Amino acid sequence: MIRLSGVTFRYAGADRPNLRGVDLLLPDGSVTAVVGPNGAGKTTLALVLAGLVPGVIRGRLEGALEIDGVPVTEGGAEALAAVTGICLADPATQRSGIHRTAWEEAASGAASLGLAREALIARVDAAFRRLGIERLAERDPARLSGGEQQLVGIAGLLAMEPRHLVLDEPTAQLDLPGTRLVLDALAALAREGAMIVIAEHRTDELARIATDAVLLEDGAVVAVGPAGPLLGGPLPHRHGVEERWATRLARRIAEAGLTPPADLGEGA
Amino acid sequence: MLRDTLLLALPVSAAAAALNLLIYPEGTTTLLVLGPFRVTAEGAQVAGLTVLRVLAIAAVGSAFVRSTRPDALVADLEARGVPARLLFPLAAAATLLPATADRVRAIAAAQRMRGLDTEGSLRARLRGIVPIALPTLLGVLDEVEGRTLALASRGFGRPGRRTLLWRPAEAGVERAIRPLLVLGVLVVLLLRAGGVSFP
Repeated sequence: MIRLSGVTFRYAGADRPNLRGVDLLLPDGSVTAVVGPNGAGKTTLALVLAGLVPGVIRGRLEGALEIDGVPVTEGGAEALAAVTGICLADPATQRSGIHRTAWEEAASGAASLGLAREALIARVDAAFRRLGIERLAERDPARLSGGEQQLVGIAGLLAMEPRHLVLDEPTAQLDLPGTRLVLDALAALAREGAMIVIAEHRTDELARIATDAVLLEDGAVVAVGPAGPLLGGPLPHRHGVEERWATRLARRIAEAGLTPPADLGEGA
Repeated sequence: MLRDTLLLALPVSAAAAALNLLIYPEGTTTLLVLGPFRVTAEGAQVAGLTVLRVLAIAAVGSAFVRSTRPDALVADLEARGVPARLLFPLAAAATLLPATADRVRAIAAAQRMRGLDTEGSLRARLRGIVPIALPTLLGVLDEVEGRTLALASRGFGRPGRRTLLWRPAEAGVERAIRPLLVLGVLVVLLLRAGGVSFP
């Protein structure tokens, strides 16, 4: 469980905060979709949830962050690595750049946990199987496509088996089958008790697995609630977020002066 | 390797050489006067030495990057007990050198597509430095930030021993050369301590 109370964050040198007074409670077993237009603060929220600010990314953090009931203090990123995993949007900069195979790259994070060698191998193999990317194991990570690199990065994250996962646009470079594999793997982890936060633009796919949703704009929470009604309602579109196809269709029908079917639109 | 060495060394060595060539107050033997600047023989000698030193440093860097697999270096030093907190930033920095050379080539090609003259007169080439250097620098800074985040979030700074998956095999010739290299370094250090100077 992660709780944010009155969290405001301003990057070093910035003239205004990127997050403003955010209060959130993210329970175990939930999949929370974080949506918002560009610059809404989704990435900053992900960095805060992973404990990377202000220890790694400099800035001024106000308010309180609590993970599993324990307050997080500055500089706790390394200690948090086994608790909260983060996947950032750009897979290329997430590679260590050191390892020759995708398998070793994925294993490098879990190796920091000091596991027994056999346990580490089993975890990484299981993560590759879970995402259906065994074929990539021996490939040079630098020569993988953006989507393949993202899958390897997520496999590395899964191999660390963190209790909480924060993913910033994890499927931005993936095709539909890759997107579904990743989201299904995340949904399975949530069923096992993990808390998952996903910042994304693709609301249709996200709505398939999200239990809760948060709409951000200009660093502040505009709305928070169950994912179905929030993502299927009119609010995301009003705040610059791509609406779900059913919501869009219902809106277009209404704009044409017709009556949309009752089961189309909100909650679709 | 020569191309990488020149690519990495030229901007720094050219700037340092130009400064020494044009501004060297201790110089007494004037060779040429260029407006407010006085080029002296002593300044030219220091400029030449500076270029050689920067080239030597860049050549060592390039040779290291070309001859050493970062993953093997990291695995071997980890097995010898060097903390990952020290190792990974160093190894990641080493991998940034060839990546930066690639980035310079890609940005230069992109700027040429936009009409930047990078192969014409000296004046045109000098004008082309900033449009290439600035995006390169910003790109490298962005990449460094991304990698720092990635390393921190994957717990590379955690105390305690990491799981070792493998250790590189050592060739007989490497075992034989190592004491000679160590001996060579010691000899150079002793010579310097004894007053022998190198350029």
